[in-house]
Amino acid sequence: MKDRPHVQDFDWSLLAIVAAICGLGVMEIYSSTHASAMAGMQWRQLTWLGIGVVGMFLISRIDYHTLLDQAPVLYICGVAGLLVVMVIGSTHLGAKRWISMGGIFNLQVSEIMKLIIIIVLARFFSEVRTDRLTLADLLKVGALTIVPAALILKQPDLGTAMVLVPVAIVGAFIAGIEWRHMAIGVILVALLIPVGWNMRHHLKPYQQQRIETFLHPEEDQRGAGYQILQSEIAVGSGGFWGKGFGKGSQNQLGFVPVRYSDFILAALAEEQGFIGVCVVLLLYLGLILRLVDNAQKAKDRAGMYVVMGVTAILGFHVLVNASMVIGYMPVTGIPLPLMSYGGSSTAFVFLALGLVMNVRMRRFVN
Amino acid sequence: MPSWNVNDQKIPQGRLALVSYLSVIFVVLLMIGFWKLQVVQSGHFADLADRNRTRSIPIIAPRGPMLDREGRVLVDSYPSFSILLLRDDPKSLGKSLPQIEEGLGISHEDLQQELDIAKNEPKFQPVVIKPAASQADIAFVESHRADLPLLELMMVQRRRYQHDQMLANAIGYVGEVSAQQLEDSDGHYRPGDIVGKAGLEREYNDQLEGTDGMRRVVVNSVGKVVRTLEDIDSLPGKPIQLTIDYDLQAVAEADMADKEGAVVAMDARTGEILAMVSKPTFNPNDFAVRIPQDEWAKLNTDKHTPLLNRAIQAQLAPGSVFKIVMAAAMVDSKEIPESYSVFCPGHANFYGREFHCWRPQGHGEVELHRAIVDSCDVFFYNVGKMLGIDKIAYYGSGLGLGRRTGVDLPSEEPGLMPSEEWVERVYHHKWYAGETISVAIGQGAVTVTPIQLARMAAAVASGGTLVQPHFLKGYANAKVEHFPLSDEAVEKVTQGLFGVVNEGGGTAYHLRLQNIDLCGKSGTAQLMSYDAANRLGTKKMDGWFVGFAPRRNPEIVVAAIVQDTMEHGGEAAGPVVRDVVKLYYDKKAAHQQQQAGTQAPAPPNASHPLVATVGGQHP
Repeated sequence: MKDRPHVQDFDWSLLAIVAAICGLGVMEIYSSTHASAMAGMQWRQLTWLGIGVVGMFLISRIDYHTLLDQAPVLYICGVAGLLVVMVIGSTHLGAKRWISMGGIFNLQVSEIMKLIIIIVLARFFSEVRTDRLTLADLLKVGALTIVPAALILKQPDLGTAMVLVPVAIVGAFIAGIEWRHMAIGVILVALLIPVGWNMRHHLKPYQQQRIETFLHPEEDQRGAGYQILQSEIAVGSGGFWGKGFGKGSQNQLGFVPVRYSDFILAALAEEQGFIGVCVVLLLYLGLILRLVDNAQKAKDRAGMYVVMGVTAILGFHVLVNASMVIGYMPVTGIPLPLMSYGGSSTAFVFLALGLVMNVRMRRFVN
Repeated sequence: MPSWNVNDQKIPQGRLALVSYLSVIFVVLLMIGFWKLQVVQSGHFADLADRNRTRSIPIIAPRGPMLDREGRVLVDSYPSFSILLLRDDPKSLGKSLPQIEEGLGISHEDLQQELDIAKNEPKFQPVVIKPAASQADIAFVESHRADLPLLELMMVQRRRYQHDQMLANAIGYVGEVSAQQLEDSDGHYRPGDIVGKAGLEREYNDQLEGTDGMRRVVVNSVGKVVRTLEDIDSLPGKPIQLTIDYDLQAVAEADMADKEGAVVAMDARTGEILAMVSKPTFNPNDFAVRIPQDEWAKLNTDKHTPLLNRAIQAQLAPGSVFKIVMAAAMVDSKEIPESYSVFCPGHANFYGREFHCWRPQGHGEVELHRAIVDSCDVFFYNVGKMLGIDKIAYYGSGLGLGRRTGVDLPSEEPGLMPSEEWVERVYHHKWYAGETISVAIGQGAVTVTPIQLARMAAAVASGGTLVQPHFLKGYANAKVEHFPLSDEAVEKVTQGLFGVVNEGGGTAYHLRLQNIDLCGKSGTAQLMSYDAANRLGTKKMDGWFVGFAPRRNPEIVVAAIVQDTMEHGGEAAGPVVRDVVKLYYDKKAAHQQQQAGTQAPAPPNASHPLVATVGGQHP
């Protein structure tokens, strides 16, 4: 037993997987932007990665127990932040998600909210001392999740709002949700889908369109269905071996929508083929399994829930993003963690990984 | 220590393991999804990707020009630019609109309307915001390539009718290919292709239209051309040389300027059309860009039918011009002695009905020559009665009346030469003998087109040779028909027709020309009966004049009609015939003088080097 956590106790094999994924991401960002007006984007992504690594180390220094102690405060701050965004947030691409920080960079409050919900729910679940989750507990979990999710949905950012849900579901599952509750939940969701369908007219036009498009992509080939169709064309035309680095016509000529970010997997699938996709998916699987392993080895349930919260979010991101790229899910604006270009999302993933390291390096500490 | 922060809880390893298994399942499912796209359907998507990145841009071939018989350009094509607005990027579109409106001089409302119309079209399809761009417009687009990338120029070939309305009804016009033509063309035409719709543009469309070229290019997602893969040049359409003489056409047009009617001038030996006028007419240049719906509707519903080519489509009573047929029939059939004469008191009674002569006081005693020169109706009533309708119809049809001449224009009308057989077939009753009397002076059921009358007069004067009128210089296989006419008949009739113009008292004495043997016959067709006209107090008539020169085997024949006139044919339609014939001879004289002067005769009417000759035979 040690009495101080050490950086040597970081999960280096997990970080190796992370590095491999990031490397593929930077490579594909370079490939899809080097011949365009956005050339040089890979350097900016590398900068974000650097900032992320620093953030990861910093967050690993603060004992996660301290963070969990402050869970209520963090939660209130997070919700307040979301409210502030609603009032003064800057509008970008039709959505208010950012708080402008002196023009240097925009802070996406909802990304921070993802971290906060991990901590808050970890705290909540670890307070449940039995292996059974009562209905009251479930309702509390639901309430804790729905408040920030609703605020994020209001921005409007359906994708990020949805991301909060798996943290609650995975947590509840591990905490011992009763089978009948789970069944009721499934039935409720099944019933809510038609209700939601009838409520779709209350959605923002762009959300309605995305749903329509998802259901009938071929009807509007250059409108919203365009993105899904172009993504599928990119993926499909890549074939088994791919067209080669920098040689994907869909990617290079700009047919793949936001090819350096949300659809980076489509760009990679076109140029590196099915083989490349398998490598990426297996790396992500390795990442998830490694994270679960960390959860299993956590010193306490609190740590385990923190790690599983991170796992739930990352896994959900990968699942939804990859499904979207092949047309199995609508376009929701959920990036592929560690590969998609983007400051806020990259920073979030590294901070989340910092939490995991945090738990891991304290597993032997008393 | 807070209640939650305790170490004594066991980690639920089983459930965590379940999460791992679930992850594996999800990854496998995703891989299956990718497998389906990238391996199972990869051919289909590779195809789609290919179509995505390449685009074929047609290079429009210019239509061949039309030249007159001396090589002067009547119709040609010129490259013109349409300005397109790309709509892929709605944000920059909104920002750029004011600048575009100002630069191209388009009102905000008009531009907004164009955009609204195209609102439901796919975004990648650009909108044509200016179909015929001026030099200044093109310069504006070129100089703003950087800051207004959403403007694009598209080259098109536009038809230019050099002399606007001149010869318009014969030339016709071009327009976008119809849905029916598209279907029938078996892929030859694409939507939006320009084809000949009427007149010579339609008749010789195959020669005139070229073969469009094509450029295959790689485009990026906003439709910008990245590079060219393949370039197939267009083949311009072949020029055609017409038999039209611009000078004669111009004179005929000028004389008919404010009239309603038609003129046909033809080389009587070959059938080459030298001039053709139909009034009122239209300006085919209006069709060359994009004819507004209301203007098209106006042209179609105008009661003066500007789109009708009266020279070949107006079916009218020939009036006294028909007496040429009657006179030829009388002499040739030998059923009536040449010396036959009649006393004309100004009217005559046949089958219990009163028939008037155009001259109420009468012509006195008239024989054939006088009857032609003075156009005595009573004489020809009697001739008609004696010959009977079938004899008249034999000569009328034989000389080309009531049937199409075969001129190389679409939609020629046949007119009608009635006969006993016809009336039984169509009306199922016997021919009324009284009708023959009307037909004898070109009234009643007989109707002809101006081009038929020109051909008929030429045929009589040349001993029964009917030529096929045509517009294309070097028209091969021009059919020639021979209708047997005795020499006496030809001599008698042409003498009479010479007298019409050159003898004092002739109905067209005012038209005589020095040194030119102009012969002819006037005609004035009543639009209603004498009684009705007298009752209504109006005397609206169709005035005909058909003239040719010289007397025997004429070189030129001209038929003219002025419709809805108060004047008789000689006054109304005679002058245009005289002017055209006179100019024909003036030009001929000038040409001979020039040849005599230079001693090195250049080939007359030198063909354009590129002219398409059908068959290649030069008459």
